[in-house]
Amino acid sequence: MNKIVGSIRIALRALRVNRMRSALTMLGIIIGVAAVIAMVGVGAGATKRIQDQIQSIGSNLIMVLPGSVSTNGVRLGAGAVASLTQDDSKAIAAECPSVALSVPTVRGGVQVVYGNNNWATNAQGVTPDYMAVRDYTMLSGQFFTTQDVDAAAKVAVLGETVAENLFGDSDPTGQVVIIKNVPFTVAGVLTPKGQSPTGQDQDDVILLPISTAMQKVLGANRANAQAVGSLTVQAVSPQAMDSAIQEMEALLRERHRILPGLEDDFTIRNLTEVFQAQETSAQVMSILLGAIASVSLIVGGIGIMNIMLVSVTERTREIGLRQAVGAKTGDILLQFLVEAVTLSLLGGIVGIAVGLAASVLISHFAKWSTAVSPLSILLAFLFSALVGVFFGYYPARKAAFMDPIEALRYE
Amino acid sequence: MAAVIEIQDLVKDYRVGEMVVHVLKGISFEIERGDFVSIMGPSGSGKSTLMNILGCLDKPTSGAYTLDGISVGNLNRDQLAEIRNNKIGFVFQQFNLLARTSAAENVELPMMYTDAPARERHERAMKALLAVGLAGREEHQPSQLSGGQQQRVAIARSLVNDPSIILADEPTGALDSRTSIEIMAIFQRLNREKGITMIVVTHDPDVAAYSNRSIHFKDGKLQLDERLAHPRDAHQDLEQLPAELPEEIPS
Repeated sequence: MNKIVGSIRIALRALRVNRMRSALTMLGIIIGVAAVIAMVGVGAGATKRIQDQIQSIGSNLIMVLPGSVSTNGVRLGAGAVASLTQDDSKAIAAECPSVALSVPTVRGGVQVVYGNNNWATNAQGVTPDYMAVRDYTMLSGQFFTTQDVDAAAKVAVLGETVAENLFGDSDPTGQVVIIKNVPFTVAGVLTPKGQSPTGQDQDDVILLPISTAMQKVLGANRANAQAVGSLTVQAVSPQAMDSAIQEMEALLRERHRILPGLEDDFTIRNLTEVFQAQETSAQVMSILLGAIASVSLIVGGIGIMNIMLVSVTERTREIGLRQAVGAKTGDILLQFLVEAVTLSLLGGIVGIAVGLAASVLISHFAKWSTAVSPLSILLAFLFSALVGVFFGYYPARKAAFMDPIEALRYE
Repeated sequence: MAAVIEIQDLVKDYRVGEMVVHVLKGISFEIERGDFVSIMGPSGSGKSTLMNILGCLDKPTSGAYTLDGISVGNLNRDQLAEIRNNKIGFVFQQFNLLARTSAAENVELPMMYTDAPARERHERAMKALLAVGLAGREEHQPSQLSGGQQQRVAIARSLVNDPSIILADEPTGALDSRTSIEIMAIFQRLNREKGITMIVVTHDPDVAAYSNRSIHFKDGKLQLDERLAHPRDAHQDLEQLPAELPEEIPS
């Protein structure tokens, strides 16, 4: 301990003597560490943005769509038949243990009118559980209730885009909008979610009780009055996604009386899985950026090695003297290693500060979100210490194994 | 008096390409504890090589060397470093002080490689500086000291670990004659008062005149080993010199 403290003092003195040289050497490490911090920050920011988008569509989400059927060899596309019903939805919620909630959904394009304004949007007929499934919160007012669904009440919940286009800045709650000549009372406005991972505006929507939507707005399916467009299902946990899908498949095949060997008349889609691919690619980008930035850190390390070799040669007589008065191989090795690590650690600390500043500037001017984690700071710090040890070892070893007689005689 | 240094048939060869140069051709002598020995000889006589071996900086090709009862011949690098640290004090012609480092810290240097705590190191350094007459100059850096003062710092450094011997290699080579006598006076005082064995390598007979015993080398062999019946007293010589000029003459 005594020796390490002594070595640090010697190192700081040696670095002070050659201020300019030390600063330039550190600059290599500063740039390297700053690049790693900023680039990993950009990568992590991109990953986080995608994660937020995935969160915005709702967690553990599974879509069940009416599937394709083939009739006399002609195969129809997904959703071509109205095979899913509200009863299917209720059965899934009741009988599948891995399913938390199931919401039957109908959709259609509508023109919404308020006073002199009108706006074309996407109407969705849903049940109150939809709020929980999609992680919605209310900006103002209330979501409609189960009683509203049972009574086919003429109430609507607006997405923020719709509210803004019809009402501007005033609060729409309690106002009446007209859809297909039917007056609807606005129950509330949803908190905006922004873009979906696929780039759609998730706030350009108007939610209606499914009963009202089917009876008054979108119209029921002619073949099957109970049929709905899709089911939006939430699994109890991320781990339960697969079992939820299996349970639903088995239940629906049984309910739809599909014989073994025949194709499903429905399609189940794991939405989260689709967007996880994007997340993975963002993480790969993050690793790539970090790897490229580490190259500059290694170049900085070579700079340290270079200057330490110069320093060892310049101080040959000092090394000889230290050996003469009793410094052992390990003492000299430690002294020069500490000097190299001091250089790289000081560079690392400054580099972390510069990297943090750079990532703030990037997110401010380039509008990229960046996220610098404490872990990446810690890693950058340790990595710069490691660079010092790695690139300082060879010069330190060279110093430690000098012949004391020749070192003392060196001019 | 017991011998602090015993060397027996010491041989040192150097290979230069195909040729083998015999630098030391079988040397034997003893140095007694508390003696003041000068080693003289022209350049190329092998006195520097002998000095390096006595200082445990080099190993002989053959022959035995016992320092303070320890056979040094078979020790490894780090063991030799430890011997140098606690048994030998070095004084060099070019002082070899660390630049931009205070006198006190220069004197503390050998203790950096011991377990001595910081406080003890500082106290011992102060005592050593006092012994060479540099009290009050502890914080001066080498560039702020005269040549004689720098050499005194170096002597303090050689003293600080209480060595068995002090090896001085041309200690007055870079100093004027008056300062040289001052340095020899310090050596004589340390030798008499503290009983430290002094070995001074020099080519200057005036310097050798202050020792008790003079060993002459020529062509790698011991040529003359004489005990001086009446060594000069450096303190007396100093008193007979004209009064000391101020060290720093204001311009």
